[in-house]
Amino acid sequence: MIIAEKKPIEEIIEEVKPYDRILVLGCNECVTVCEAGGKKEVEVLASALRMYFIAHGQVRTIDERTLERQCDHEYLEEIRDIVDNYDAIVSLACGVGVQFAAEKYQTMPLLPGVNTVCLGANEDRGLWTERCQACGSCVLARTGGICPVSRCAKRVMNGPCGGATNGKCELGPDTDCAWQLIIDRLKALGRLDDYEVVAPIKDWSTDRAGGPRTVTREDVKI
Amino acid sequence: MSECRTQSRLEKVMRAGHLGVTSECGPPRGSNPEEIREKGQLIKDHVDAVNVTDNQTAMTRMSSLAACVHLKLEGVEPVLQMVTRDRNRVALQSDILGAASFDISNMLCLSGDHQSFGDCAQGQNVHDLDSMQLLQTVRYMRDEGKFLGGDDIKRPPKMFVGAAANPFADPFEIRVPRLAKKIACGAEFIQTQCIYNLDKFKEWIKRARDRGLTEQVFIMAGMTPMKSVGMAKYMKNKVPGMDVPDEIIQRLAGVEKKKQAQEGINICVEHIQALKEVDGVSGFHVMAIEWEEKVPEIVERSGLYPRPEV
Repeated sequence: MIIAEKKPIEEIIEEVKPYDRILVLGCNECVTVCEAGGKKEVEVLASALRMYFIAHGQVRTIDERTLERQCDHEYLEEIRDIVDNYDAIVSLACGVGVQFAAEKYQTMPLLPGVNTVCLGANEDRGLWTERCQACGSCVLARTGGICPVSRCAKRVMNGPCGGATNGKCELGPDTDCAWQLIIDRLKALGRLDDYEVVAPIKDWSTDRAGGPRTVTREDVKI
Repeated sequence: MSECRTQSRLEKVMRAGHLGVTSECGPPRGSNPEEIREKGQLIKDHVDAVNVTDNQTAMTRMSSLAACVHLKLEGVEPVLQMVTRDRNRVALQSDILGAASFDISNMLCLSGDHQSFGDCAQGQNVHDLDSMQLLQTVRYMRDEGKFLGGDDIKRPPKMFVGAAANPFADPFEIRVPRLAKKIACGAEFIQTQCIYNLDKFKEWIKRARDRGLTEQVFIMAGMTPMKSVGMAKYMKNKVPGMDVPDEIIQRLAGVEKKKQAQEGINICVEHIQALKEVDGVSGFHVMAIEWEEKVPEIVERSGLYPRPEV
């Protein structure tokens, strides 16, 4: 899923200050699961904003709404009837949702309430970690199911680099060396000989280097 | 090993069966070329070639290529170090041609320290290629005379191509397979991480020998003299991938402070003398960090001076 984290309240306050009527808009998908932008976080942020403005003697309208998804026309249409009641929307969706809403409501200021961090997993309670960078050309079959693009700080395709120590990255003991994990997996799979297969120079044109990416499926089009 | 493919003095020395000697110079943090020229002059008669680091520890410095040119003009043969951290395949190939235009004949392919260690911690890193793929790139440019894109190169670069190896990093079991991989990618010489644990190094090179790898590549043992017991402790505890046995620390701690530097040189010389006898060692890479003036003494006392004429 897409992992996001809440922006500091001070940053959001600065962004919303010019506006009198504000809608805090949550999303029921990834950001709900990673506890950054679902219904619960919408309530918390809206309350914090109300308290701030009351404390500063300012009158503001701050409403709450959470959509099933913000990356989907169908669900974004649900606020069309009420959108004119507001001067700005603080979206707690990922960057995709914020932009999709901005594209749909051309004259409405859309302010992000979260920082979109990565494509990751909920590794433990309160811990979300990156697993994929959407490079557009998956190499996991060759690397024992561990991704060197997203999990190695140097995205080394033939690792580990010289900085790995005790199975940890040179960045520090909190970061696993992706190549240690790859080697451990290859060993567990009885495929350690595959380590010596040289990964060819990667085609990064499917990565962000190639420009904004699209997937077009004629068979799915209406 | 087979005949020389480049004009590299380092290649000629080692292919002729002599032990090669290289050292290292870090370019200055400014644009004054005198510093690099002085460092070059200090060591030029005692080494076959001098590595020029490429923004090591990710601290911004004068470019490796420019510093190599300054050394070359002083009559010192440079080894251009190139990391994949800062440049994509366009810039890497372009700089390789730039170096070749000055007849710089040696290159060392590295990935580079992470930028978070340096003065631009908020910067991007590139890593379009990794160090093995950079080796493949230089060899392709040299041997096929082509760019990665497939076009012909007019006057292809003639580089003697090297890579780094750390016999001590984790996991140990892939150290030799990793060396094999670098050789498969085109490495012709290897400069190792600083060696303090001779037993572990000997085990590594034995495994390399058993696979016939020492017949395919020149392995230059990395040597860095300790300046003090403090440096030894720092290297042991803080530098990733470094293996400093306790006896080294104890030996340095056992002499009075002002004699520790000399003791560090003594240890370095003893280690070189011991490793000269190890089958598969083709030379020494003496990295006296900001201590270049000691390189001549180390080389002379190790019996590696005068350097052979080739």
